[in-house]
Amino acid sequence: MTEGAAGERESAEAAKGSPNGGGELLTANDISKIFGGLVAVDDVSFTIAPRSIVSIIGPNGAGKTTFFNMLTGLYKPSVGRIVFEGRDITGTRPDIITSLGVARTFQNIRLFATMSAVENVMVGQHARMKAGLFGSILRTPAVRREEREVRERAREMLEYVGLAADEFEQIAANLSYGDQRRVEIARALASEPTLLLLDEPTAGMNPNESAQLTEFMQRLRDERDLTILLIEHDMKVVMGVSERITVLDHGEKIAEGKPEEIRHDERVVEAYLGKSTE
Amino acid sequence: MSALSRLRSHKAARHLPAVVAVMAIAVFPIFRPPLDGLMGDCIQALAFVVMALGLNIVVGFAGLLDLGYVAFYAFGALSMGWLASDHFTGIGGETGIHSGVTEFAGRLPGIHLNFLLVVIGAILVTGIAGALIGLPTLRLRGDYIAIVTLAFGEIIGRVAANGDEVVISGYKLSNGRQSIAPIDQINLPLIGEFDQATDLRSYFWAGLALVLVVLFVNFRLRDSRMGRAWIALREDEVAAASMGVPLVRTKLMAYAVGAAFGGISGAFLGAFLQSVNANQFQFGFSIFILAMVILGGLGSIWGVVIGAVLLSFVNTRFLSQLDQGIGNDVLGALGLDFTFSEIKFGVFGFILVIVMVLRPEGLLPERRRKLELTEGIGAGEESIYEARA
Repeated sequence: MTEGAAGERESAEAAKGSPNGGGELLTANDISKIFGGLVAVDDVSFTIAPRSIVSIIGPNGAGKTTFFNMLTGLYKPSVGRIVFEGRDITGTRPDIITSLGVARTFQNIRLFATMSAVENVMVGQHARMKAGLFGSILRTPAVRREEREVRERAREMLEYVGLAADEFEQIAANLSYGDQRRVEIARALASEPTLLLLDEPTAGMNPNESAQLTEFMQRLRDERDLTILLIEHDMKVVMGVSERITVLDHGEKIAEGKPEEIRHDERVVEAYLGKSTE
Repeated sequence: MSALSRLRSHKAARHLPAVVAVMAIAVFPIFRPPLDGLMGDCIQALAFVVMALGLNIVVGFAGLLDLGYVAFYAFGALSMGWLASDHFTGIGGETGIHSGVTEFAGRLPGIHLNFLLVVIGAILVTGIAGALIGLPTLRLRGDYIAIVTLAFGEIIGRVAANGDEVVISGYKLSNGRQSIAPIDQINLPLIGEFDQATDLRSYFWAGLALVLVVLFVNFRLRDSRMGRAWIALREDEVAAASMGVPLVRTKLMAYAVGAAFGGISGAFLGAFLQSVNANQFQFGFSIFILAMVILGGLGSIWGVVIGAVLLSFVNTRFLSQLDQGIGNDVLGALGLDFTFSEIKFGVFGFILVIVMVLRPEGLLPERRRKLELTEGIGAGEESIYEARA
């Protein structure tokens, strides 16, 4: 968008030349985010393979959400570049990144509170819709059909995430916490992503609900060919679902690997529990 | 099938009160004398309803506080002045430029276009002006938009006031405070030319027709992809952007539609008032229209119609009657040497304050706004999105 053809060629090369070889869905090369004097994310490189489930963990304030915000375009990295499906998306607008196939949920649920569950999910399909200003005013047959299909799809999505049918028309603010989480995931899925970013999806859930969500994430990957990137504090969920885990601490990547490697990594234990004094 | 027909009849029943009301309003002029003063006030009210409905899209639907709406009134009225008067005397040679006007106007110098063409011109002019003002402005958020639109409104007013000093290839931009006059009467294909010197009814019906068109557009847009996007970005810009709603373009769309309605109404008022004068384009006018929207209920289409009619009549009838009646005595007894008409913007401000205290959601609240205002749901302003687009 910003750098034109040359930038795109470069980014395609960057994707090929990434440390783990080609075929990565998303690559972040040495990205940093600096707020004034604070380095929130410090020179982090990261790749995620298609159809995998990857987690980012780390203590509070480690820069996980900032990292997410850079991937989704809410923040522009101060340094470094992000390549998604061979295309440089560094500094691209969030709505364009969404239309390219990256969707997300938020740590503290950000539904459109006065809209119904169905309407929320319909907004999620915005980028996939065509109806323009004049079409909407005249309500042409094509626009009518699209509205109907989008509404129908929204209901399917809500059903898929397990919202009870009698809650579909309920306004989001009146839904239970768990249902709000469900609607938020449905809204993200509605934009037809290939990469789904979930920011602490199990926060506030009981162990039973967390287990359900873990299962659901695997279903998403298997049934919808989704790639999932997860920020999570619940180690049971993280260890159970992730193929790879990246650990951030003070904005830096301190470890990366399979769950069993991370479990025994000294620096990770240190970041969470503090240094042992001997 | 029977369920469908029942639904249909249910739908029709829901529209019944509106249909009856519109019909009652439509036949009203028949029972009044052709030059009825009350009807003149009604015509103004209709024009203000169009503007308030336009501003409602910007402020009520999309949540962009626009304090410079007068700019679009100005552009609409000036379009009327440029395209349907002898302001540009000498353009197009001796004969002038004419299209679809009566024989009489066809012989006048200057540009004289059919009202429908002027309206299209006004929509184009205000739409382009709206985009030019909006592009830099709408990258901002919240209160900053209000401040910048306020400045733009003021700039446009000043430019109109000093337009007589701005001469482009021999033609003045406007006549400043001297008025561009006379403006052509409204002239419609098939219907012919109106004459507000002998009969106001045709203006009334034309105004009513404009209101109906604008109402239709309001309802259609509210329940569309665009309407949903406006509500979404009003409630949470970050979430909306993350769900694929392009912020600047979506805001610009609201702004342009609102601007177009302001332009249409401006052109209509220009024709009705028979003059375009920079004194009409004061900052207070923006607040006047905004007060209509807030009084009626932000985002509530019928509410805004009611708010616009009420305030319009306060402006044209109530204040002057108050001055002639008890108001003068009260003010006199207090030793105050002014009339209520002279401080009308103060009165509107006072009404706004009263509404905000007693009924912030407006007379006929919109469902969502009511939730936001009375139950504190939604519309969180905190945001992390770096303002760029």
